[in-house]
Amino acid sequence: MSTPVLHVQHLVKRFGAFVAVNDISFDIRPGEILGLLGPNGAGKTTTIQMLLGVVTPTAGSIQMFGLDLATHREAILQQVNFSSTYVSLPQALTVEENLWVIARLYGLSQIQERVDDIVKRLEMEEFRHKITRKLSSGQSTRLGLAKAFLTDPKILFLDEPTASLDPDIAQKIRSFLKEERRSSGLSVLYTSHNMHEMEEMSDRIIFLQRGKIVAEGTAQEIVARFGQADLEKVFVKLAREN
Amino acid sequence: MKIHRIYALVARHLYLYRRSLPRMMEIFYWPFLDLVIWGFITVYLMKFQGQIPGAVTFFLGALILWDVLFRAQQGITISFLEEIWARNLMNLFASPLKPSEFLAATMVMSVLKVSAVSVVMVACAGLFYSYNIFVIGMWLVPFILNLVMTGWIIGVLTTALIMRFGQEAEVLAWSMVFMFQPISCVFYPMEVLPGWLQAIAWVNPAAHVFEGMRAVLNASAEPIAHLAWATGLNLLFLGIVIAAFHWTFELCRERGLLVRIGE
Repeated sequence: MSTPVLHVQHLVKRFGAFVAVNDISFDIRPGEILGLLGPNGAGKTTTIQMLLGVVTPTAGSIQMFGLDLATHREAILQQVNFSSTYVSLPQALTVEENLWVIARLYGLSQIQERVDDIVKRLEMEEFRHKITRKLSSGQSTRLGLAKAFLTDPKILFLDEPTASLDPDIAQKIRSFLKEERRSSGLSVLYTSHNMHEMEEMSDRIIFLQRGKIVAEGTAQEIVARFGQADLEKVFVKLAREN
Repeated sequence: MKIHRIYALVARHLYLYRRSLPRMMEIFYWPFLDLVIWGFITVYLMKFQGQIPGAVTFFLGALILWDVLFRAQQGITISFLEEIWARNLMNLFASPLKPSEFLAATMVMSVLKVSAVSVVMVACAGLFYSYNIFVIGMWLVPFILNLVMTGWIIGVLTTALIMRFGQEAEVLAWSMVFMFQPISCVFYPMEVLPGWLQAIAWVNPAAHVFEGMRAVLNASAEPIAHLAWATGLNLLFLGIVIAAFHWTFELCRERGLLVRIGE
């Protein structure tokens, strides 16, 4: 088995008396898509925020590429990126300006070529000079993904990347992600409330409930373990036990 | 510290200014308006030149130098607020960007803003009131450098407070600097303050700059002692507020506040 690119051990996050993440441990292997599933408030976003270094864990360790995030933040974050439906880029800049800023922030070379390339791959030509505030939700999502893929990350955190998209665009984005994973060996941590999408995209799934991992395995393994017809029914069962 | 990351943030703000009328007004319109109002007051005071010698040079010079401090502070704080308004802090701090690089970028923005505003004010003062700020002579350079540093101190302190207390503290971006104005002795000498307030003003670097400016304009003394005090105090306070900013940043990461500002 290959060495994990992401190794999380006994991660805990408390906000005062509230325990948002309660002693979770998991790995992501190179080229793997790991689904992070759970009802609202289960600790998914807090986990991603800790993995991105914007929230400090109360206890536990996060290692990426064999380095500890607490002590090698800069080196790790250079190789990591994220996209979230809930985080947008500055609205007053154009799509292309936003991509240039990100490229400079990560110290990329041949910026124009890279920007042109990602704009083409995500079919963004028609709105590349548009002000970000004027984008549709599908275009905004593509900009978020372009920002994430522009820096050629080794690990990508995607927080509900297809939320609020129409099925056609969502399918296009899923195809793009699968193709990127296949061609570059990218590892992805993926959250979604769309269970069919989770089954389609994830190699493995971990199910969070009240900050704890309550199930882990492939979608089929989890469905079988809870004796339900599909992942959605498992989700509903666990969410109602919440 | 990586220059390309500082440059990225500066470019991001310059893109904003390029097509934003309200932001351009901040540089051109408000300083111009300030100057017009104070210019007329000064013209009026000129009638009493006998009672207030050098009123014109004092007031307009003081106004332009005060604006240097004010814009230096705004350059830092508004740059941070722009990130809050754009909900961009997560994008920035989930990247390899360090807090020190973020601060450095805001300081660069502050210098750019001060430069632009100063050009506008100096040109308008010359054009409308035949006032030449350069009568202060070579002392102008250390005065301006010190006022920019004082602006940074207030700017970094305000930014740390907004980061810690969120958007509720946003009003500090415009009001904080005016808490320092009475003890900066911008338009009056330090001696007019009550004794206890003079003691407080003495540890305010800006007060030394304005005292120094008056000494130069009165040709009463060289302002070396005031400049030494201003520089020493500026370096001391700048070190303290930068440390406080880093401490607050870590506190906000620990409490999850960094990703919640602006929500």
